[in-house]
Amino acid sequence: MQLQCPMPKLDFDVITLGHGSGGTLTNKLLDSGVFDVLSNDILNERHDGAFLEMNGKMAFSTDSFLVSPIFFPGGNIGELAVNGTVNDLAMCGAIPKYLSLSFIIEEGLKMTQFWEILVAIKYACEKANVNVVTGDTKVVEKGKGDKIFINTSGVGNIHPKAHINEKNIKIGDKIIVSGNIATHGMAIMSVREGLEFDSTIESDTTNLNHTILKLIDAFGEDIHLLTDPTRGGIATVLKEIALSSNIGIDIFQKDLPIDSQVASACELLGLDPLYVANEGLFLSFVDASIADSFVATLQNDENGTNAKIIGTIVEAHPKQVILESAIGGKRMVSMLPGEQLPRIC
Amino acid sequence: MKYMNEYRDPELAKKYLEEIEKTVTQPWAIMEVCGGQTHSLVKNGIIDMLPEQVTMIHGPGCPVCVTPLNLIDKAIHLALNEGVILCSFGDMLRVPGSKINLLEAKAKGADIRILYSPLEAVKIAEANPDREVVFFAVGFETTAPANALSLIHAHRKGLTNYSILASHVLVPPAIKAVIDDDESNIDGFLAAGHVCTIMGNSEYHPLSATYNVPIVVTGFEPLDVLQGILMVIRQLEANKAKVENQYSRIVKEEGNTEAQKMIFEVFEIRNQLWRGIGEIPESGYAVKEKYAAFDANKKFSISIEEAPEHPDCISGQIMKGIKKPFECPQFGKKCKPSFPLGAPMVSSEGACAAYYHFSGLIEA
Repeated sequence: MQLQCPMPKLDFDVITLGHGSGGTLTNKLLDSGVFDVLSNDILNERHDGAFLEMNGKMAFSTDSFLVSPIFFPGGNIGELAVNGTVNDLAMCGAIPKYLSLSFIIEEGLKMTQFWEILVAIKYACEKANVNVVTGDTKVVEKGKGDKIFINTSGVGNIHPKAHINEKNIKIGDKIIVSGNIATHGMAIMSVREGLEFDSTIESDTTNLNHTILKLIDAFGEDIHLLTDPTRGGIATVLKEIALSSNIGIDIFQKDLPIDSQVASACELLGLDPLYVANEGLFLSFVDASIADSFVATLQNDENGTNAKIIGTIVEAHPKQVILESAIGGKRMVSMLPGEQLPRIC
Repeated sequence: MKYMNEYRDPELAKKYLEEIEKTVTQPWAIMEVCGGQTHSLVKNGIIDMLPEQVTMIHGPGCPVCVTPLNLIDKAIHLALNEGVILCSFGDMLRVPGSKINLLEAKAKGADIRILYSPLEAVKIAEANPDREVVFFAVGFETTAPANALSLIHAHRKGLTNYSILASHVLVPPAIKAVIDDDESNIDGFLAAGHVCTIMGNSEYHPLSATYNVPIVVTGFEPLDVLQGILMVIRQLEANKAKVENQYSRIVKEEGNTEAQKMIFEVFEIRNQLWRGIGEIPESGYAVKEKYAAFDANKKFSISIEEAPEHPDCISGQIMKGIKKPFECPQFGKKCKPSFPLGAPMVSSEGACAAYYHFSGLIEA
C-alpha cells in the first residue's frame, strides 16, 4: 500500500513531544501529508470543528483503540480504528458518514510507522465510504503511552428500513453469526511477546457497513438486533443480552464456525474461543421466519461466506445462556471475569 | 483438528454413556485427579449426563490452586520491590496472594510478563543482561521438563541473571494423601494423562495394589474422560483394582525417559507444601545444589511472613474431594472468579471456577 501512497521527504524521522505542541512542529507533521492523505472538502477547511449538514435520525458512536502490537497479521491499528467505529454505527442500522480521528502518540514513534497507519486509515475510509472531517494529535512522553492510541467517533443517518433495538428481540428469534469466530484475537495473540506461535492466522478486521445495509434493505424490521462481539467475545455479548433482556439463549457448539488453525491455537493456549475477541464479525438476532434466507443472503456476501445459525432465543432459563457441547452435554455460559489468561497446561 | 475432533464425537459419547449406564449397579465415587479433566467434565456438560450412581470428585490437580500462598507473596515481592522481570504462566496472575495478586502488582508498576514457555524467559534474560529475570515455575510433572530445560539452557549460556521460583508438585503422593485422609471416600481414580506422558505409569502400580483401588490413566477430551470413567466402573463392579491406560495413544508405560532425565538433572524430590492441603511428604521438586545459582529462593534472600488463608475459604476440603464447590457457603456469593477468596476459584482448572463458569445447571 505504501507504494501507492509514498511518504513525503521529511526532516524528522521520529515523532517528538514538539509534534503535539500545537506549534510549528505540529503544523509540519500535519502539512507533511496528514491532511493530503485524508483530504476532503470538510477537513480541508481546517477549522476548529467540522461543519456538517445532516437531517433525520442519526447514530453517533465512539471507540478508542490501544491494540498491542500496533501492526499485526492482517492489519494495523489504523484500519482497526476506522472499521471499529464504522461497524458500531452499522450495528445501529446507520449509514456511516463522518468520522473524527484523534491520535495520542508516544514520543519516539517512527514516522514510517505513523505513515503506514495513516495510509491504512485512508484506505479503510475509502472502502467504508466515510470521511475523516475533524481530528487531533497529541504526543505524550516516552513510557506514558504505548506507541500510539487512536480514538475515532462517527455519525451516520439511520437507514429508513432499519429498526434495530434490543427491545425487539423475542422468543423464537434465531441468532446468526456472520463468519468464523475468534480469528482476530488469535491473530493478535500469535504475535504477543512471550506467546508467539507460527501460524497463518490473519485478523479479519474489515468494514461491515455495506454488508449490513444490504441485509437491512432486504429484511428490514425482521432484523431485531445487530451487535459486533469484539472484546469478551461471543459469550460475553450473548450473556449481556440475556441479562438485560431477561431472555434465555440456547447455542450449539457444533454450529459455531471456527477456522481449524484458530481452534488449534486456542487449544494450545488453553483459551476458549467463545471469549476471544472478534473484529470483522457480527451477530444478528432475526425473526425465525426469515432466518434461512438471511443466512443465504449473507453467505453470498464477502463478509458472510461462513455465516451460520448458532442459536435461538428461548423462554426457558431467562438471563441464562446455555451451550450444548459437541457431545450433547449442557453448560452455562458466563461473562469473561477479566482478561482471558492462557492456562498452564 | 486432527486427534481432537475424533474424541468429541457425539455418537460415540452416547455409546459410552449407555455402556456406563448398563455397567453400573451401585453408587461409586470417582476422583479425576487433574484440573484439565475437571475442566473437560464441566465444559462438556458430562457431569449431568452420567448416571446418578456415578459421583465425580474433583481432585487437587490444579497447579495454580496448590501453589503456596507464601510463594505467591514472594513472587509479588520480587516483582514489586526487587526490580526483577517476573515471568509467569497466564493463569497464575489472578491467584490471590495474602494482600494482592500478580495482576494488581503489575498495575502498580511491576514488570510482569505472561509467557507460554520458560524458554522465552531465558530469551528475555539474554536480551536484558542488566535485569534479573525470574520465572515463576509452577506446575505438576508436566511442566517440570521445560522448566528444567530453561535452567540447563541458562547454565550453558552462562547467564547469571536468570532464576526460577519453583513450586513443583507431584501427583502420586497427592493421590496417597487423598486416600489417607479419613474424611475422603473415593472408590477409583482417573490419573492425569499428561503427567503420565512424562513420568509413565510405574508409580501407580504400588498405589493401586496397596490401597486396592482402580487407577485409570486418562486423557482430556470428552471421549477420553467417558472411557476412563467406564474403565474404572468396570473394575469396581468386577471387584478388581489395577492400573489401566486409557490414554495409550500418548502415554507409554515408561513415560518420556528423555524428559525424566532433564527433570532429575535439575530437580530433586522434597517435602512440599500444598496450598489448602498442607505439607505432603516427598511431593515436590526442589532445585538441586548444582543449579543453586538459578534458584530464586536462594538467590534473593527474602523472607516473607507466613500469612493466613482467607478464613472463609474451604479450598483444602474442595481439593481433597470432601466437599463440592457449591457446598461452600461462600460459593458464588463472597467468592467469585472476579473476587476469589481462594485459588480454586481462579484458574479454569480449579474446581470452584469450573463449576462457577460452566455448571449453573448442576448448582441448581
